Amino acid sequence: MKLTAESVAEALVVNVEEERIDAAVAIQFKDRMRDLTAGAGGRIILDLGRVTFVDSSGLGAIVSVMKFLAPVHRLELAGLTPNVGRVFHLTRMDSVFPIHASVAAALQGAGHGL
Amino acid sequence: MVSDGGLGTPHRTPRGMSSVLSAGVGFQLCFEADPRAVREALGQAVVEIARDLSPEDAGKLELALAEVLNNIVEHAYDGHPSGPVELCLRREAAWICCRIVDSGHAMPAHELPEGRMQPVPAQLDELPEGGWGWSLICTLATDLAYRREDGRNFLTFRLPLTG
Repeated sequence: MKLTAESVAEALVVNVEEERIDAAVAIQFKDRMRDLTAGAGGRIILDLGRVTFVDSSGLGAIVSVMKFLAPVHRLELAGLTPNVGRVFHLTRMDSVFPIHASVAAALQGAGHGL
Repeated sequence: MVSDGGLGTPHRTPRGMSSVLSAGVGFQLCFEADPRAVREALGQAVVEIARDLSPEDAGKLELALAEVLNNIVEHAYDGHPSGPVELCLRREAAWICCRIVDSGHAMPAHELPEGRMQPVPAQLDELPEGGWGWSLICTLATDLAYRREDGRNFLTFRLPLTG
């Protein structure tokens, strides 16, 4: 599971360099997110722009990450593709996360949605 | 490159999968129930069936199938050393008809689970980290039917095509 992190302005942006967050990688995803976000100070934005498929296991892993980052951080999501957005919408998890059209929009908005 | 067979040898598919394709009729695939094989099966289903669908319909089909197959891996074969899954897809007018067969545990009480989407709790730490599978299936599919026969689970449903 390839995830990379970069500091942009005051935020840590985690890029998912995979097309899928599904049952096959859900545990790896959680572990990698825990490693990459350890000690982070500011906002944490998960860039899902390359991800074309998330199933309920992948969604559960993203929710799990949000919970272990709280209350210090509120996980923000960016760049949801239509298939991924649908899963969040159908499960109503789109009401739980701050969701931005893109990382650029998230940074411009400086915390919009929080 | 070494030839892996001559005439009459089945087309080789990953991880022991076998597929039978009949042009215009449908798609059938048999594979072992594990998360990697589920991923590969979905990939093949998308290539064979969903390529002719709109991106939205293809996405819905892949999600519904993923949830069914994940449930089989996690529940039907829970405690088993895995086992076979048979996936059959067929297009009929504005529907994709799906049939999934496995040899794992029966559904509790031999009935389909309730498919209502759970409400979102007010407290962050009470958020569920799963349990959406059946709700998603019930949201996406129609005519869901389940039966247990000869030690096997038969699940059928139809996915309405919208565009």
